[in-house]
Amino acid sequence: MPVREIAGVQVDFDAEGFMTNPDQWNEEIAKVLAAEEGISQLTEGHWQVIHFIREDYKEKGQAPTIRRMNKVGNIATKDLYEWFPKGPAKKAARIAGLGKPQGCV
Amino acid sequence: MKKIVILGGGTAGTIMANKLFQTLARDEWQITIVDQDETHIYQPGLLFIPFNIYTCNDVIKPRRDYIPKGVELIVSSIDVIEPDKSRVKLANNRVLSYDYLIIATGTRTRPEETDGLAEAGWYKNIFDFYTIEGACHLQKYLKHWPGGKMVLNIVEMPIKCPVAPLEFLFLADWWFTEQGIRDKVDLTFVTPLPGAFTKPKAAAILGDFLDKKNVHLISEFNTGSVDANRNKIVAFDGTEVDYDLLVTIPTNMGDAVIERSGMGDELNFVPTHKNSLQSKAYENVFVIGDATDLPSSKAGSVAHFQADVLTENIQRAIDGLPLLDGFDGHANCFIESGFGKGMLIDFNYDVEPLPGKYPLPGIGPFSLLQETKANHWGKMMFRWVYWNLLLRGSELPIQAQMNMAGKMR
Ligand SMILES: Cc1cc2nc3c(=O)[nH]c(=O)nc-3n(C[C@H](O)[C@H](O)[C@H](O)COP(=O)(O)OP(=O)(O)OC[C@H]3O[C@@H](n4cnc5c(N)ncnc54)[C@H](O)[C@@H]3O)c2cc1C
Repeated sequence: MPVREIAGVQVDFDAEGFMTNPDQWNEEIAKVLAAEEGISQLTEGHWQVIHFIREDYKEKGQAPTIRRMNKVGNIATKDLYEWFPKGPAKKAARIAGLGKPQGCV
Repeated sequence: MKKIVILGGGTAGTIMANKLFQTLARDEWQITIVDQDETHIYQPGLLFIPFNIYTCNDVIKPRRDYIPKGVELIVSSIDVIEPDKSRVKLANNRVLSYDYLIIATGTRTRPEETDGLAEAGWYKNIFDFYTIEGACHLQKYLKHWPGGKMVLNIVEMPIKCPVAPLEFLFLADWWFTEQGIRDKVDLTFVTPLPGAFTKPKAAAILGDFLDKKNVHLISEFNTGSVDANRNKIVAFDGTEVDYDLLVTIPTNMGDAVIERSGMGDELNFVPTHKNSLQSKAYENVFVIGDATDLPSSKAGSVAHFQADVLTENIQRAIDGLPLLDGFDGHANCFIESGFGKGMLIDFNYDVEPLPGKYPLPGIGPFSLLQETKANHWGKMMFRWVYWNLLLRGSELPIQAQMNMAGKMR
């Protein structure tokens, strides 16, 4: 398991670059991970998403799907794709310090 | 008399009606099962209809023929469940109170969830095959289709029977070859998943099969809308894929009754304890089959394995014993691969589908994740097994829990 130091914190990652311990997360780490995803500036919209999915994770134990962000978080799909281009569910989860959203069988 | 009510008389509900009738004391328990119509559809057979292997009549039987005589079958739509009052209201105005409730209302396709999908092109050059209407319309259409670009699109995960789209493509490759027009047909698979399937080992092996059969794969495509006038599916990020014939697997959701009753998640699936099958919210409510929110496959074989566990747990609940965590996510699916061959996968929550052998006393072994004729016959035999053994709750020579014997990591 790779460990990296970000913003003075030792952070554990899995092989795909997702954090393995959400408790190590802070907003400074989010900014660094966002930059790695090509998002140079985290706007209010980004933070709304990040905070929602962290809250939801606490309740459900896994990062939410896009549909759940729509329905439960009141965040429009269009906005998600604008703020986290390509794969919003995956990107937002990574920036929020959560594991990769689970694929379903 | 104490009462058990089963909602939904499909695969899971029918198995439970039979099993509970066999096990519970008949002078103490009254079992009631509710479904909205009289016709039981053998859904795995829908796959074969577009390719004329089955007719539309080959997959239907009267629902009540499979419900034991001592179980009351009510044909009515279910209006709302009131779990706080332990009762269910039906559209025919009957109110059923219960001691235990089993929710087995399954999942259904919701094409109207995607803009443009169920509109101008619907059943013209856009079809589904997860419903009998769609499968039968597509059969007629394919009979006269001269060829072109056929796109198979999974709109959104999860879907029931996640291997069915792949089987459809394998069969399409075979069917167009038989018709002598394979060279005029472009087959493209457009999926939101990162690869051909949900789990890595199987995804790699099944991906190779797609290659071998000259099926193009477009992955991580999240369908936002369909532009039926321009024959294009459009992803949320703006990417487009054009088609002449679109075969869609629309969004799968639990029934609207779950939403009306305030018992579901964002897809109307009922939050369920993953090993005991008890509802997370109500102690006297259990959930089985496609209606659960579990990360197991939504498949008939899964419903069957769950039924073994649930029968035992209902008995334990009645006797005041702690429930068993008996369900391990076990799924077992034949995958039709065309040209008279098939594959088999066997997996659970923790163990992904692996290659190897699958021992089955008397008939097996079957080969896992390899194409064989025996697997094809297993798949074709499943229809007989379904109507004659599975639905009736008979013992099958397969254990509810997955077994590692024969599997190779
Ligand atoms: C094309 C296709 C291929 C498949 N292939 C396979 C396969 O090869 N192997 C395999 O194991 N599985 C396969 N499956 C999946 C399998 O058919 C399902 O997983 C299984 O039928 C689920 O059983 P269930 O009882 O949960 O739901 P269902 O069998 O769908 O039953 C739900 C029932 O609830 C009733 N209902 C719902 N809402 C209401 C309401 N409000 N009021 C009254 N009644 C209601 C419905 O009428 C229905 O009868 C396939 C499915 C499809 C579509």
